[in-house]
Amino acid sequence: MSRVTQFIFRRRGGKGWHWTDIATWVWLIGGLIIMFGPAVWLALSSFKTPAALAEFPPSILPYVSQQATVQGYDKPLTLFNATMPDGSTRVLAEVRRVGTVAQMVDPKAPAEIIKVNINQRTPVRSVSFSTENYVQPFLHFDFFRYLWNSVFVTVTATVITLVVNSMAAFALSKYEFKGRNAAMLVILATLMVPLSVILVPLYSIISTLGLFNNLWGVILPTVATPTGVFILRQYMLTIPDELIDAARMDKASEWQIYWRIVVPLTAPALAVLAIFSVVWRWNDFLWPLIVLSRRELYTLQVGLNIYSGELNVQWHFILAMTVVTMIPVVLVFIFLQRFITTGIAGTGLK
Amino acid sequence: MILKSFLAASAMALLASTAHAGDVRIMWYSDGVEGEVFQDLINRFKAQNPGINVIVDNVAYNVIKEQLPVQLEAGNGPDIARVTSIKDLAKHWLDLRPLVANAAYWDENFGQQADWMRPDGSNQISGFMTQLTLTGGFANKTLFEQAGVPLPGPKATWEEWAAASKKVAASQQIPYPMALDRSGHRISAPNISYGANYIGADGKPAALDQGAKAYLTKFIDWAKDGTMSKDVWVSAAGQTYRAAADDFINGQVAFYYAGSWQIPNFAKKIGNNFDWVATGSPCGPAACTGLPGGAALVAVKYTKNPKEVAKVMDYLASEPVIKEFSERTLFLPAHKAVLAKGVDFKTDSPLVKDALNKFVEATKTTSDMAQKMPGWRWSDTVYGAIVTRVAQAIAGEMPTQEALTRIDADVAAKVKASGL
Amino acid sequence: MSQSQPATRPLAPAPKMSAASLALMPVHFIMGLADKPLRALQKAAGIGGMATFFLAPNMLIFSIFVLLPIIINIVYSLTGGTAIFLNERTFVGTDQYAHIFNCSNYLDPRSCQEDAFWTAVGNTFWFVVIQVTLLIVCSLITALILNRDLMARSFWRAVFFFPVLLSPVVVGLIWRWILQRQGLLNYILYPFGHDPVTWLSDRTVAFAAAVGVSIWAHMGFYTLILLAGLQAIPKDLYEAAEMDGTRAMRVFRRITLPLLMPNLLVVVVLALIKAVQVFDEVYVLTGGGPGTATQFLTQYIYETGFVSQPRNAGLAAAASILMGLVLVVLTLIQLGISKRNENKGKR
Repeated sequence: MSRVTQFIFRRRGGKGWHWTDIATWVWLIGGLIIMFGPAVWLALSSFKTPAALAEFPPSILPYVSQQATVQGYDKPLTLFNATMPDGSTRVLAEVRRVGTVAQMVDPKAPAEIIKVNINQRTPVRSVSFSTENYVQPFLHFDFFRYLWNSVFVTVTATVITLVVNSMAAFALSKYEFKGRNAAMLVILATLMVPLSVILVPLYSIISTLGLFNNLWGVILPTVATPTGVFILRQYMLTIPDELIDAARMDKASEWQIYWRIVVPLTAPALAVLAIFSVVWRWNDFLWPLIVLSRRELYTLQVGLNIYSGELNVQWHFILAMTVVTMIPVVLVFIFLQRFITTGIAGTGLK
Repeated sequence: MILKSFLAASAMALLASTAHAGDVRIMWYSDGVEGEVFQDLINRFKAQNPGINVIVDNVAYNVIKEQLPVQLEAGNGPDIARVTSIKDLAKHWLDLRPLVANAAYWDENFGQQADWMRPDGSNQISGFMTQLTLTGGFANKTLFEQAGVPLPGPKATWEEWAAASKKVAASQQIPYPMALDRSGHRISAPNISYGANYIGADGKPAALDQGAKAYLTKFIDWAKDGTMSKDVWVSAAGQTYRAAADDFINGQVAFYYAGSWQIPNFAKKIGNNFDWVATGSPCGPAACTGLPGGAALVAVKYTKNPKEVAKVMDYLASEPVIKEFSERTLFLPAHKAVLAKGVDFKTDSPLVKDALNKFVEATKTTSDMAQKMPGWRWSDTVYGAIVTRVAQAIAGEMPTQEALTRIDADVAAKVKASGL
Repeated sequence: MSQSQPATRPLAPAPKMSAASLALMPVHFIMGLADKPLRALQKAAGIGGMATFFLAPNMLIFSIFVLLPIIINIVYSLTGGTAIFLNERTFVGTDQYAHIFNCSNYLDPRSCQEDAFWTAVGNTFWFVVIQVTLLIVCSLITALILNRDLMARSFWRAVFFFPVLLSPVVVGLIWRWILQRQGLLNYILYPFGHDPVTWLSDRTVAFAAAVGVSIWAHMGFYTLILLAGLQAIPKDLYEAAEMDGTRAMRVFRRITLPLLMPNLLVVVVLALIKAVQVFDEVYVLTGGGPGTATQFLTQYIYETGFVSQPRNAGLAAAASILMGLVLVVLTLIQLGISKRNENKGKR
């Protein structure tokens, strides 16, 4: 046992607790709560009924009021813990409420009506997960269609991004030609133009090209990412030129050099770009919202947005669908997470 | 296998932008259950008309508000859309007059709002209102009873409501006596009750007059001294809409000024927690008016299938369909005959029925000025400027006087920039 | 950095790849098919011509969908009206810029006709300064801690990286649900006799929340970059310092910080760019309020061009061009830094 604790709390120096050890664990545990807590709460909230969502104080777990069928009443009645004038508490079912007075009955003796002030009663509640929030959208909302569109956009955009960006990065890192620096400068200068700033002109281009209401209209504007070219080029700069010269001696074509030598050696950086591309494209929201206005073309992010009305937002559905859309990204991350650190460690970002 | 389906999908994606003959696409947004009801009605139509493929594209309201105008500007867009900026975009709507089966039926039943959605000076039939809304107040009757404060009567003024609500708030320990949505449309109702007229002699926006200034000043003071909920007004910048409905639902506000559209929402979320009543609009020196509004279903002139569109519109505008839609969604209908014969709203809550009836009744006190607003091209521009600046004044960024002069300057700059 | 020690990087992860390489067979086959026509192309165009070939697809897409919109935007900024297509817009010269710069006192944003723009500029400036500083401090501390001899290090790494995976809209939403009146924070404080507070209606709190949430969302990415740098620092340097009995702070200042500098510079520049662009998560979180306390440049541009009635794409374009100029300056700084790093590597 002591070996396990020793392993868990491996410390600087070994003997005693140095202040940095304490600081480390405070930071880590605090980080765990702050980083994961909100997401866990979101997930729990997604199981609440609309009324429970609007309620204060909020509860951590989703609760619903308990109901009971009482003899002589058609509909199930809500159960309350009522405090009697003599101080005792009884479980009563509410028949109706008139102003500040609730008319209640004892489920065991339904004949007698007991009048209780509404401040003297609290609902009997139990934990219940409102799976409605999940089931309803699946019935009314073409979930698998949206999922497929999202997957199609994400995968296609990522594949094109990887091929096109790596080719460009290869040219920009391994060839000397006129305009190389100019091309690099333009790419870098646009690195930070946010999409929301060029929406209107981009829309006019998409519309002219007939890519409106077309998944390619979502894919194409995102694939020539300056960030991708930048990361890959920095990484390729570290590949020794001698390797390439040797390959040329062996009569390898330029294409083979790119495909057989440079791409395999750039694998860690490509993995990083792939992961980021998947995350970005999966989470893209504003642009698909503008380009796709037909429901058979919706991606998940656009699809879940239909629950925002003019005057009301149906939060319960939005929360539930948000949780669903988060799942694939989290899965991708769990499976690929070792690549992320090793990849970043190896890229030109260091 | 995967590769194959991918190729198929990409081919399909390329083809997807071409419309099939007989397709009618409807862009629709929902605040509540109306999307499901509408889909039901459309399914019935499709069963009767197998040749017409009606597709309902459900979107967020933001898409209608922000993206649809850009699509229309580019000559794209759906065949039919449910929209609220019906006057601004009127040049994009299709004239259904020569296409519908009986234009006289449309004029008779929807004539009163027809001008809200057509270019000025034409007799075009663009569509019809899916629902009429009217702004109005809601009071938490239970809180008033607990505090022993009588509900102010039907002719009560804004001041009387404020005084009564403050008493309730003090005795019941709730944070805010009153709340009003962060919306230029909502705040314009009391403005008009105070005598405001936004429309200048040339049809363009006039500078704020005494009536508007009087209420806005009062409102800012109320928000600062805690009579009005400040939270909802400072919860965004610019002209973003925010509703204070959740505070009312939680029993944190005694009097809430919103509108008829909140009724289904309250019915669902308040349930049996407390009694609430619709109160109509409190009075100002000039009137006791609410501000009408609503959403319209209009045909878009860039459609490739105008005949089919007209057929769908004829069906949706028919008396039984309108009646069923209103009854199931608890919306106030805009159809004259349906209104005359009475609507049997499908609800078992007496609170809801009373509230709906109260709003039907309140339409009688709607002032002429308020009636003009939905059909005025610049109303959204004025609403936007008011919300932006009033919120800044409430947040303490500028004195009231400066906010009022800035509203005029903003509106003038926007009118100039639009080049109209 | 990496060029000085190429051997530390696994050049060919061959043994692990066997399953993967099997899956890659068809891809290799297709790429192999491309070789023959491309050899012919190479013969015709020469090796220099092949550079153009490799660059072409990216540059073509890039030009149409990134560069062209930027150029159109420049033209937009010189036009007025509400039309979308350039040929339908009226030329107004520099009116839009004049409108933006119409101020009676350049030190007070409130004295400008377009005060919303200048307020947004001021807010963005303070946001960038505060957010980037705190972001780097937090990421550095986390990276230093993750670089220690911890149990389950990859788990902790994942904990801090997790928010990077969330979409900005979800990030804003989560935190709005925590900070609103009926939110989790008030619930936690409730038992301590704290009355519920609408946190985001206070200017300072709302601004702090915008800063905090954007740090929360992006910190993981920068932590990993810094962690990668820390792991590349040779262990023997630390061992030598420990033998000499050098104090921890001194070790940090004399060894860790200088050797981490290249990574830190990259982090600073990337974080700066990201901070100037701040939009989605804050827009969902505070909507720019209270008043205009958290209204930033990108939101101003988006609202002017898309939301305000009537929409004013010309003014939005002019504002975006001004913002672009600032960003170009930042890029040039970045270019200078990466140039210096490259030169260092070669030496």
